[in-house]
Amino acid sequence: MGYDLSMRVWRGNEDGGALQDFTVSVEEGEVVLDALHRLQATQAGDLAIRWNCKAGKCGSCSAEINGRPRLMCMTRLSEYEPSETITVTPMRTFPIIKDLVTDVSYNYEKAKEIPAFAPTPPDPDGKHRMMQVDVERGQEFRKCIECFLCQDTCHVVRDHEDNKSAFAGPRFFLRYAELDMHPLDTHDRRQLAQAAAGLSMCNITKCCTEVCPEHIKITDNAIIPMKERVVDRKYDPLVWLGSKIFRRDQREEVES
Amino acid sequence: MSTANSAHIGERHSYDVVIVGAGGAGLRAAIAAHDAGARTAIVCKSLLGKAHTVMAEGGIAAAMGNLWPDDNWKVHFRDTMRGGKMLNNWRMAQLHAQEAPARVLELEEWGALFDRTADGLISQRDFGGHRYARLAHVGDRTGLEMIRTLQQRAVSLGIDVFMECTITDILKDGKDGDKVAGAFGYWRESGRFVVFEAPSVVLATGGIGKSFKVTSNSWEYTGDGHTLALRAGASLINMEFVQFHPTGMVWPPSVRGILVTESVRGDGGVLKNSEGRRFMFDYIPEFFKAETADTIEEADRWYTDKKNNRRPPELLPRDEVARAINAEIKAGRGTPHGGIYLDIASRRDADYIKRRLPSMYHQFKELADVDITREPMEIGPTCHYVMGGVEVDADTGASSVQGLYAAGEVAGGMHGANRLGGNSLSDLLVFGRRAGLNAAYHAARVKNQTPVSIHEEAVQAAANTALAPFAEEGGENPYSVQKDLQEVMHSLVGIIRTADELEQALAEIEKLAERAEHLTVEGNRQYNPGWHLAIDLQNMLWVSECIARAALARTESRGGHTRDDYPMTDREWGTKNIVLSEREGAIDLAIKPLPALPDELKALFEEQS
Repeated sequence: MGYDLSMRVWRGNEDGGALQDFTVSVEEGEVVLDALHRLQATQAGDLAIRWNCKAGKCGSCSAEINGRPRLMCMTRLSEYEPSETITVTPMRTFPIIKDLVTDVSYNYEKAKEIPAFAPTPPDPDGKHRMMQVDVERGQEFRKCIECFLCQDTCHVVRDHEDNKSAFAGPRFFLRYAELDMHPLDTHDRRQLAQAAAGLSMCNITKCCTEVCPEHIKITDNAIIPMKERVVDRKYDPLVWLGSKIFRRDQREEVES
Repeated sequence: MSTANSAHIGERHSYDVVIVGAGGAGLRAAIAAHDAGARTAIVCKSLLGKAHTVMAEGGIAAAMGNLWPDDNWKVHFRDTMRGGKMLNNWRMAQLHAQEAPARVLELEEWGALFDRTADGLISQRDFGGHRYARLAHVGDRTGLEMIRTLQQRAVSLGIDVFMECTITDILKDGKDGDKVAGAFGYWRESGRFVVFEAPSVVLATGGIGKSFKVTSNSWEYTGDGHTLALRAGASLINMEFVQFHPTGMVWPPSVRGILVTESVRGDGGVLKNSEGRRFMFDYIPEFFKAETADTIEEADRWYTDKKNNRRPPELLPRDEVARAINAEIKAGRGTPHGGIYLDIASRRDADYIKRRLPSMYHQFKELADVDITREPMEIGPTCHYVMGGVEVDADTGASSVQGLYAAGEVAGGMHGANRLGGNSLSDLLVFGRRAGLNAAYHAARVKNQTPVSIHEEAVQAAANTALAPFAEEGGENPYSVQKDLQEVMHSLVGIIRTADELEQALAEIEKLAERAEHLTVEGNRQYNPGWHLAIDLQNMLWVSECIARAALARTESRGGHTRDDYPMTDREWGTKNIVLSEREGAIDLAIKPLPALPDELKALFEEQS
C-alpha cells in the first residue's frame, strides 16, 4: 500500500534556486499534490504551491512533472513506479515567484486586451434563443479552466520572452474562437485574432492540445478554424473586389 | 523586500468600495458597485477565477419556467422555505426567488452559454427539494461558466483586482469608531502589508469548510469573512447549521470529500446500500411525505411526468439524504470503503451520462479509476456549506456595522436551517448585486461628510498580529494544529451531535486556541503557506467555536443541525435565531426572535399540499 517516494522539487525564487531531494511517505490512490502537501506539513512548511480545488476544476496547481506540464492534483502517483523519482518544477514560461509558484500575470494582461462580448438584443420577451447545436462549439472552449498549461508549453513563448508582447497564446485563441463562434456576438474577431493576438505566429504543432487537462481540441477546433476564417476574409476575391469598388460603409455589408 | 520582522506599511489605496473575495458574490457585487459609479476594488486570496464558485456543478436555481410554465417565484420561495425548515429570513428568500431569473438572463447578456431547451431557451434541470426542473446549467460545470462570465465582465469593465492578497482586519474610523474606514491585508506573494481606505467593505469570502476533516471545500474556506465581521462588531446567525452534502467521494483516501454533484440524482441516479436496496424510501420524513413518491414505480415516472407523480426520495433536501446515508453506513450496510452506492450506470445510457455529467465522468475516471457509465460510485457525506453567516439586512446586505456588507455564503439568513442545491449560485448573484449596489450608495452618501480616517494604531496592531508567528521561537507547526482542529470538528461537531460531545469540542477548541497562540513558521514572508495558514487558523478557531456554541444551545434537530439527544424538531425553536457576537475577546450568545412571515406569504404554505 503505502511507500516512501523520492521526490525532487525545485526550490528558490527569482534570484535562483535548485532541485532539492525529499523522501516522503505516500498512500495508495494519492496524487502528486498530496505528496507535496505532506512535505509542506512535515518537512518544508514554507514550500510555495498554488492550489485550490484539488479536483481538476480550478486550474491552479499547474507545474511540470518529470518535465511535462500537468496539474499536480490530477497526476496520480500510480502512473509512476514506486522506485521512480518524481521531479516537480515550476512552469518554465512564466517568471518565478517562489518554488512552484510562478507569475502568471501575462495571461491576465492578455485577457484585458480582448474586446468584450457584444450580443445582439434579446427577443421581445427578454430572452435569447439559441439552439443547443450552436452553443456546443463555444461550450467546448468554455470548459477551459485557465490552468495556462497550454501557454506554458507553447514554443512561441516558452523560450522566447520577446514574443510575449505580440502573442496572446492558445488560451486566448480559444477565447477569440469562442466569441467568434458565439451565436449572439456581433464583433468580427478574425482581424483581432490575427493582428492583435498574433494568431499567425502559431504553426499548429498541437502541443497545447496535448497538455490540455480538459481535453479541449485547441488546435483542431479553435486555432485552425480561426486561421481559415481569417484567410477567407483576407483573400476572398469578392471581398477584395468589394474593398476596391465600394465605399467603406457599403464594404461592411459585403463582408458580413 | 521587508525583513521578517518589519511591520512597515508602504502601500495604501483609496476606493469607495472594497470587495473581499472574488467568487460569484464578490464579482457580482463588484460589477454592481462599479455600475453604480463607485471606485471599486476586488481583493482576493487566490488568482482571479479560482474561487470556490468554480466548483459548483449542478446549476443556478431560478423560476424561469422554461420547461414547466407553472413554475414561478412563489413556488421557488415555498420550496426554499420548506427546504430551510422555515427558519429562513423570509424577505431574503422572497427577494431571491423573485430576482434570480433576471440575474440568470443577465449572465447570458454577458456571454454565458447555458445548455438549451428544444426551442432554444435556457434549459433547466431537476434538483433536490425543487418542485420543478429549475436549475439553469452547463453540463455539470455551471460554477465555472458563472465565474468565468462574471470574471470576463469585471475585466471588461476595468475593475481593479488585487489577486493573492489576504485581508486580515476590517479597519474602523478612529480609536473606538463604529464606521468602516477600510481594510488591512498582506500580499501573499511578497508578504508585504497593504492598507485599503474605503467607507464601504463588502465581505464575500465564502464559507468555513476547511475546519472539518472531510470537506468539499478548498484551503481558502477558513471563515475569514465570518471572523472579520465578528471582530468588527457585527453579529453572526444560524452558525449551528452546517450542510453535509450527501454525496462526496470516499475513495481513494486522497479524494475523500470531493463533491459528486446532486445532478447525478437529478438526472436519474439512485442510492443503494450494500444489499442493493434503494433505501431512501425508508427515510421519507413526515414533513415531506405528501410530496415524495413512496414506490419505485411512481418515483421513476416522475422524471417525465411531474404533474401526476411525486418526487423520488433521492431528491429530498440534502440534510435528509445525508442523514439517511449516515444511518445506512452506521447500520453496517455500507460499501467496502465506508460509503454507499450512487448508481446512474444501470439507469441511463452511457452517452446521456457523458453528455449530462462530463466532469463527473472525468473526475471518477481520472481520480478513482471508476467508469460511472458502467459501475456505481461510492459516496458519503462531506462538509459542504455553512448556512450561518453575518446577520444582514435582507434588502441591502448591510451588517450592523456602518459600511460593512456581506453577501453569498458568508451572509446568514437566506437558507435557514438547510440550503437547497442550486440556491447557492442564485444567492450569490441576487445578494452579491444588492450588497454591491448598497455599498456604493453608502459610499456616495458619506462622501460629503468628514472623511473616515483610519486609526493608525489599529493598523500597527494588525501588522504586529500578522507577524507574531515569525517572532515566536520553539512554537508549534500550524499544520499540526489545523489537523487536530479538523479532527475535533469532524468527530464532535459533525453530522450527528450530542451535548456531551459539543462540550468536549468546546474544551478542545479552547486548548487548540491556546496552542495557536504559540505558532512558529519556517522561512520568510515571501509566498509562505505555513505563515498564511498560521493567520487563517485564527479564523478557523473563531468559527469552529461559534458553530459548537450555537449547536450546543439549539436543543432540537432541524435541517443541518441534528442532535442525537434532541432528535425532534421543536416548534418553539422554529421561531428563534441564535445570534453570536464578540465581547472583549469572547463569544457572546443571544437568542432572538425570527422575523415573522407576513400573512400573504403564509398563505402560500396553506394553499398547496
